[in-house]
Amino acid sequence: MTDAPIAIVQPVALPAAVARRRINETPMIDRYRWWETAGIYLGLVVFLLFVLAPFIEGFLVSLKPLDHLFSSPYRFWPDDGSFNAYVTMWTSVPLLGRYIFNSLFISLVATVVVLLLVVPAAYAFARFEFPGQGVMLGAFLAVNMFSGAVLLIPLYRLMRTFGLLNSYFAMIVPGVAFLIPTGIWLLRAYIMRIPRELDEAAWVDGASRFYIFRRVILPLAMPGIVVVAISTFIGAYAQQFIFALTFNSKSELMPLAVGLFAFFGKERVVWNELMAASFVGVLPVMIVFFFLQRYLVAGMTAGAVKQ
Amino acid sequence: MTSSKSAVLFALVLLIPATLYVLIIVLYPLADTINLSFTNAGLKQAYDWVGGTNYAKIFNSTFASVIGRTFLWTFFSVGLKMVIGTFGAVLLNAAVPGRALFRVLTLPPWIIPMAIGIFMWGWLYNGQFGMISGVLQNVGILHSPFAWLAYGNTAFWATILTDVWIGVPMVTIYLLAAIQSIPRDLYEAAWSDGAGRWYRFRRITLPLMRPAAVTMSMLSLIATFNSFDIIWILTQGGPNGQTTTMIIDTYKTAIGSYKYGEGAARAVMICIFLSIFCFFYFRIVSRFSKGDVR
Repeated sequence: MTDAPIAIVQPVALPAAVARRRINETPMIDRYRWWETAGIYLGLVVFLLFVLAPFIEGFLVSLKPLDHLFSSPYRFWPDDGSFNAYVTMWTSVPLLGRYIFNSLFISLVATVVVLLLVVPAAYAFARFEFPGQGVMLGAFLAVNMFSGAVLLIPLYRLMRTFGLLNSYFAMIVPGVAFLIPTGIWLLRAYIMRIPRELDEAAWVDGASRFYIFRRVILPLAMPGIVVVAISTFIGAYAQQFIFALTFNSKSELMPLAVGLFAFFGKERVVWNELMAASFVGVLPVMIVFFFLQRYLVAGMTAGAVKQ
Repeated sequence: MTSSKSAVLFALVLLIPATLYVLIIVLYPLADTINLSFTNAGLKQAYDWVGGTNYAKIFNSTFASVIGRTFLWTFFSVGLKMVIGTFGAVLLNAAVPGRALFRVLTLPPWIIPMAIGIFMWGWLYNGQFGMISGVLQNVGILHSPFAWLAYGNTAFWATILTDVWIGVPMVTIYLLAAIQSIPRDLYEAAWSDGAGRWYRFRRITLPLMRPAAVTMSMLSLIATFNSFDIIWILTQGGPNGQTTTMIIDTYKTAIGSYKYGEGAARAVMICIFLSIFCFFYFRIVSRFSKGDVR
């Protein structure tokens, strides 16, 4: 009904140029002169080249035969390239499959433990008022300021006391602690956006506090929990180095980064196989990332936008 | 409903698991570090109280230069991350076709395990055959292969560059989100008043992204100060200790030479610096959240 007058106001015939502009809905403010567009793309190319160059070169290295790599002058293009390294690496790095499995396993278990700890805590911070709340939240966030490296000595002694050295636990247990703060922070912000009326209605209907948590909050917070799960998984996958390097010496338990580090440190590094193994090893997390990057970016930037 | 006695009790019960975990895995080790820093603990189970000896030893050694180097390393790394991150964020905010894809392409260094990215840089820096040396020779800037990691000065900058590379995606995306949250009407009002692009950037974008930029640089400062993997994998603190930061120094002392007591004293020094950073971080964040941006 209300649309009608506007339709009448529409001019019957527009000049061709104006009509084209109407169809192309870019606002005036977002239009660039050709040299501005060129400048933006040039800047983007330089920026992305910095970010992606190591990947491009790493991939090309994985295709080049060793005598190409170890020859002067340097040649960028693998004119003699093949996927040979991707075959031979399984014999030169016999435990490669095991390393990748270990990495995935450690990250998965860490993610599950983090969620079990973070979900109730985030709910408590988001929905209840109790004395010392601000201080406690601050204390959790302050955990972020320590890296594992600073607390390595007592953690080593702690793991030794519990008899956890040279086991998966030695790599999972300390790592989890450093993934908790970000998880609480992200999920708390998410739960705070769930309308309070929902739990209050359930409360009036006589639901218990635990029932509300399980049946009202958990299902509604699921998208937020998924974001926390993904970012925790990627974080756990990315950070497996110092604990695994220090607390575990069994090669069959090593995650990818530490397993390959042994080959990186050799006198003569077999670069093409190292790069091939690296690419295959990061494939799982890359796949997770490209399917779920939309949620992940929303999660990691939560703090940049005022709530 | 959310502040009655039973509600408080319920909230505290919900907090128990996470709190206990952090107490055991972070707070106890922290206390133990301070305790160990006053002992001569080592590989043996038994150890004695030695008072301030470890601290005295630290200050008699080259520790001051390690602190100075750590601050320089951190300063340059955070500075470069912020500059490149701002550059990237502004470009990725431009309304050009393909920007969604470009945003995704920014993230891989942050996604992959840090160590894997560092291996790639290890090749780029390789002295005999690596890419950087090779390309510079091909274009005629270098006349013979140059081993970037073999000399203190270049190793220092090489490790910084790798740290910047790993940190830039996070900074860029964070600043991009901050820019995107600036109300569009501000730009439109300025535009209709005839303000040019550069003027709008200087007078709207920069001031309004400042809180996010300050927050990010504090977070980045803390993370960079703690950086271990990059230096350990590329140079292990060498050559001649030219890339030995406080973290590397602590690790070498404690894990490398089994001097837990002396290592703990060094770790305490790191904690003191981190607490100072953290104090400023919380002050800044609480000031911004009160809306007092200027």
